[in-house]
Amino acid sequence: MGNLHIISRRLTHLDVLESEAIHILREVAAECANPSLLFSGGKDSIVLLRLAEKAFRPAKFPFPLLHIDTGHNFLEVIDFRNRRALELGERLIVRSMEESIRQKRVILKHPDQSRNAFQSVTLLDAIAEFRFDACIGGARRDEEKARAKERIFSFRDEFGQWDPKNQRPELWDLYNTRVHPGENIRVFPISNWTEMDIWQYIAREKLEIPSIYFAHRRKVIRRGDSLLPVSHLVRPLEHEKIEELSVRFRTVGDMTCTCPVESNASTLEDIIVETATTRVTERGATRMDDQTSDASMELRKKEGYF
Amino acid sequence: MKNIELLRFITAGSVDDGKSTLIGRLLHDSKSIFEDQLCAIEKTTKRRGLEGVDLSLLTDGLQAEREQGITIDVAYRYFATPKRKFIIADTPGHEQYTRNMVTGASTANLAIILIDARRGVLTQTRRHAYLASLVGIPHLVVAVNKMDLVGYSKEVFESIVGDFGEFASGLNLRNIIPIPISALSGDNVVERGSSMPWYEGETLLEVLENIEIDHDINMEDFRFPVQWICRPQTEEWRDFRGYMGRIESGSLRIGDEVTVLPSGRTSRVRAISTFDGDLIEAVAPQSVTLLLEDEIDISRGDMIVKSENRPDLSKEFEAMLCWLSEDRLDVRRRYLIKHTTKTARIMIDRIACRVNVNTLEQESGVEVLSMNDIARVGFKVQQALASDSYSKNRATGSFIVIDEATNNTVAAGMMI
Ligand SMILES: Nc1nc2c(ncn2[C@@H]2O[C@H](COP(=O)(O)OP(=O)(O)OP(=O)(O)O)[C@@H](O)[C@H]2O)c(=O)[nH]1
Ligand SMILES: [Mg+2]
Repeated sequence: MGNLHIISRRLTHLDVLESEAIHILREVAAECANPSLLFSGGKDSIVLLRLAEKAFRPAKFPFPLLHIDTGHNFLEVIDFRNRRALELGERLIVRSMEESIRQKRVILKHPDQSRNAFQSVTLLDAIAEFRFDACIGGARRDEEKARAKERIFSFRDEFGQWDPKNQRPELWDLYNTRVHPGENIRVFPISNWTEMDIWQYIAREKLEIPSIYFAHRRKVIRRGDSLLPVSHLVRPLEHEKIEELSVRFRTVGDMTCTCPVESNASTLEDIIVETATTRVTERGATRMDDQTSDASMELRKKEGYF
Repeated sequence: MKNIELLRFITAGSVDDGKSTLIGRLLHDSKSIFEDQLCAIEKTTKRRGLEGVDLSLLTDGLQAEREQGITIDVAYRYFATPKRKFIIADTPGHEQYTRNMVTGASTANLAIILIDARRGVLTQTRRHAYLASLVGIPHLVVAVNKMDLVGYSKEVFESIVGDFGEFASGLNLRNIIPIPISALSGDNVVERGSSMPWYEGETLLEVLENIEIDHDINMEDFRFPVQWICRPQTEEWRDFRGYMGRIESGSLRIGDEVTVLPSGRTSRVRAISTFDGDLIEAVAPQSVTLLLEDEIDISRGDMIVKSENRPDLSKEFEAMLCWLSEDRLDVRRRYLIKHTTKTARIMIDRIACRVNVNTLEQESGVEVLSMNDIARVGFKVQQALASDSYSKNRATGSFIVIDEATNNTVAAGMMI
């Protein structure tokens, strides 16, 4: 038994959000037969892992971690993912899109195409393979307008589809977790967190995050309003030139469509200050795939995407 | 870190009264809209051949909603001022989607009921006000909207507030705050504007920032529904047996004598444990792990309470029920109830009366309940439940009803 603490202070908004998330995680563990937690190595899923520690320690997590690897991930993030799973002593399952492509489950028009949209195929295959009846994810309602509409326990039919016009009522925090065989629930314990809450929580909990979230010098190409990171997948077009700038990532996803923002923020405190004053949303600044149409996220979600 | 409070509120009211526009206005004028969001809705507004920006597009995020210009399901939005953080649920006005309004209302501290100044109090206004009182939302703002369309008339405002007050006197609402606004032009939302000098009360944002919400949670009665038993069974933690859950109300200290329901066994609190260390005292709504002095049989669905302050333990209940499903209630069928962390079979075998949401009259002799009906019912549970009346304790007085055949949530209930 360690030192005893007295609650003299009132609970902060982070305490309240944290407790809500822990409650949700325990409900999934208790009511779903075979859940999994999606862990990508990104900041939201790093927060999820801490919340899972808070919910279940000193025992092991009552679910494995699952990563759908697009094969287009930043190396730092994959390293971090492996290391974190090892440190926690939890089981990590990786299913890769490369495999789905080899099996012709995913057919790309050209090999360097963004793979974000196709993740659903690999995810749904993994759900079928392991018979997961629930997948816990780190999506937040403040990220995107279709996500703003989603329940915390979001029901998917046997085709993995979300029907936004016909969601289950979700009252108080009494979650209906029941599904028929083959159906699936997506659970979002940090639905009510904002980007700011995430950064404040990472700072408060002193969580380690992949280095690319902090300002670093990187070769980029300006395309439209975005800065594309140069890599083996992204090369300049004829008229484009490569610049080297100080940047950081606000999200980490598919390398071909996740863009950094110009920044000198080298500490969590700096990032929090920048987050408080930014005029652009997290995905607006960083995700080319959300800018293609007004409803791209909704369409992808209907097809089984997170 | 600064101690910022969290206020959850909803917008409610009849179709087209301007709920989504108001949220857009609130976010816009409090500088909580991002440039890319504004850009996107400007584009969409223009594509439709309309002028300016349609602020309702900020929350109406689904394709179907944008096509039809209505809200179908709740949208959640987040913003913060230096004083508070806010979680907004923009709920739909259409009667067909009442269940989505109830979804948003069930977790709110405050409701803004909008009324179109040209149309006054409508059936849906009454229904939503009644639902807000039924789910126990303590604070209600009555926002008379579209004041720009009635010449910012004080008389119109006062007559609508009078009508609403007459209806609301039959409801159990603690605190009603009327404000005349124009969501379109922004008067009295964040900025006061100059069109209604006769209004001397607070603006909407001032109300949201200043309203007292400390007493919204029950701090008297300790209630701890057990969610999950922690038994690591490793070398290091061989004998560890912790009861995990969230304190739904009240507080607990080490050494307190507790009773486990329904078994009635008693013990004392040996430790209140968390990932960050052990606590001497814990309060609602903290999630913690309890260790007791004695080895007693406890499982998920049981409730730990203080021995000197117990809830009712019974198999028969009276409750208010909001029927949410398109399939009617069948009094001969068995359903499932989820109450705290317990799921059990129930029979809803008696409809005492149905509430007419227009007149608040209680209609007896009703045989069936259809979607959106609100009724007082009697039901029997296969196992005893530990509960409080909803008016005393939201967490231990609320439940949902699930249809086992479809797995749908068909009703929301509140213990009387
Ligand atoms: N003149 C005027 N028009 C308004 C005002 N507020 C909203 N409107 C208009 O009223 C119409 C309906 O607004 P919405 O915000 O979509 O209404 P709603 O209450 O969210 O509707 P549902 O969610 O479908 O129930 C839109 O055309 C708005 O531009 C106002 O203060 N003045
Ligand atoms: Mg609306």
